[in-house]
Amino acid sequence: MGRHVVLIEDEPNITEAIRFLLMRDGWSVDAHTDGATAVEVIRNAGPDLVILDLMLPGKSGLEIVRELRAEQDMQSLPVLMLTARGQMRDREMAEKAGVTRFMTKPFSNAEVLTAVRDLHAQAGQG
Amino acid sequence: MARDTLTGSRIRERRLILGMRQAELARAAGISASYLNLIEHNRRRIGGKLLVGIAGVLGVEPSMLSEGAEAALISTLREAAADSGVPVAELDRVDEFAGRFPGWAEVLAAGHRRIATLERTVETLSDRLAHDPNLAASVHEVLSTAAAIRSTASILAETGELEPEWRDRFHKNLNQDSLRLSESSRALVSFLDEDGSGADRRGMPQEEAEAFFQENDFHFPALEDGSATPEDLARDARALTGEAARSLTHALLEQYLADAQTLPLQELSREITGAGINPVVLAERFNCGLPAVLRRLAAVPEEVLGQEAGLVVCDASGTLLFRKPVTGFAMPRFGASCPLWPLYTALVNPNVPVRRNVVQHGRNAAAFDCMATAWMQKQPDFGEDPLYRAVMLILPGAKDAQDPQPVGASCRICPRQACPARREPSILKEEF
Repeated sequence: MGRHVVLIEDEPNITEAIRFLLMRDGWSVDAHTDGATAVEVIRNAGPDLVILDLMLPGKSGLEIVRELRAEQDMQSLPVLMLTARGQMRDREMAEKAGVTRFMTKPFSNAEVLTAVRDLHAQAGQG
Repeated sequence: MARDTLTGSRIRERRLILGMRQAELARAAGISASYLNLIEHNRRRIGGKLLVGIAGVLGVEPSMLSEGAEAALISTLREAAADSGVPVAELDRVDEFAGRFPGWAEVLAAGHRRIATLERTVETLSDRLAHDPNLAASVHEVLSTAAAIRSTASILAETGELEPEWRDRFHKNLNQDSLRLSESSRALVSFLDEDGSGADRRGMPQEEAEAFFQENDFHFPALEDGSATPEDLARDARALTGEAARSLTHALLEQYLADAQTLPLQELSREITGAGINPVVLAERFNCGLPAVLRRLAAVPEEVLGQEAGLVVCDASGTLLFRKPVTGFAMPRFGASCPLWPLYTALVNPNVPVRRNVVQHGRNAAAFDCMATAWMQKQPDFGEDPLYRAVMLILPGAKDAQDPQPVGASCRICPRQACPARREPSILKEEF
């Protein structure tokens, strides 16, 4: 059964690069740009993993994670957060909101791939 | 001790401020000196007509003597005590402190008010840096674009066989993102530049002074032809917001005027046209020191010199006192500059002319002809240590620049990791 990731990122060229990388690694990628509809998209898609930008139009990445974590069946869904804000305070807030891993931009492709594989393995789905 | 029992202390304080003897005040108030002595030591209560009379002699309102320091001062002192974070054993004697030592009390209260103002400023600036929407948006844009470029470039470089469709798409993305990165970087630089302009420069006298010189292209015809003095220009400069900036600018303009009188523009122009830019020859011709020539060459219009010229001046600590920028040669805005600059070679070899071709690291590295020298700021007395300053003229397009000396701007932004002069790590991780 294929591994499925939902990617919420408003930067189209980052989306394209990540989509390419993950597809080559055997993932099916469902990409969206709007924060406002993200929770619904994730709920409906039921992915193995979510990659989420912090600053999104409509709703911030942190709000999305908080809403996800409030739902019973979304408690253990791995969430990788990508952000240009890498201060300790941002990391702490992300952790508090329920983000599984935090990655600051600009990141390398290898870092993204490793993080995705690790998170998936840790979630017991690998 | 309550405030109203300290009337005597206030009378004594006021009398001493006026330089009046006790006997003198007693006579004027129609009482004996010994009785006044008892009053001044708070051993006799005073009020009514006598208080009014003494207040009249001392030239203050009676209430100033009976009520002492104003309630606001007492209140500020209480706030200072509360904000200190440590228990103040004598808090119940704050009235007495303010009454007996009004001058010191005011110093303490003023210090407390200043701390409060500075804390507010620090909070505002920190908040602005952390939450400024323009800054956050610009930085976010730069980092996001950098992330896109990095990922795309990495795919193009590292993926062995890439389908033509993907390859073309990534090439197109790379092109778009590189354009966006240049735009967003420019917007960020522009924002930071604007941030340091105008009224926001208040409190940074050197920046204000340099901005004033920049606005005038580092050349002041009114000083050259004697139609204005340095005082006039410094006084009338609207860009200068503080007294410190005005004073600093005045000193720089005085130096400018002295150099202009030593090397008049017309004669200097003729010499440059005839013999080119040769500072040592010019120093001999105008019978002056090399520092004056180097400073003056940077102050004449570009059309006279025939090319652009930058200048830096430092004191014996190496701190830059003056900067005239020149295209392609980065100078740090804050903090120390590169110790490899010929400026510093000159500083440790006073009166020895130093000339080096240098090149700064970077994508469009260009060579510069740097001429520097250090001079004694003033003649020291016997037993006094001399103080030196150094000046460096920076001319673009070094001749005979086959093997220019590599230098940086400052360690923080210099990519040359294995530099013997490095004093702190660079924020740039890799060579360009």
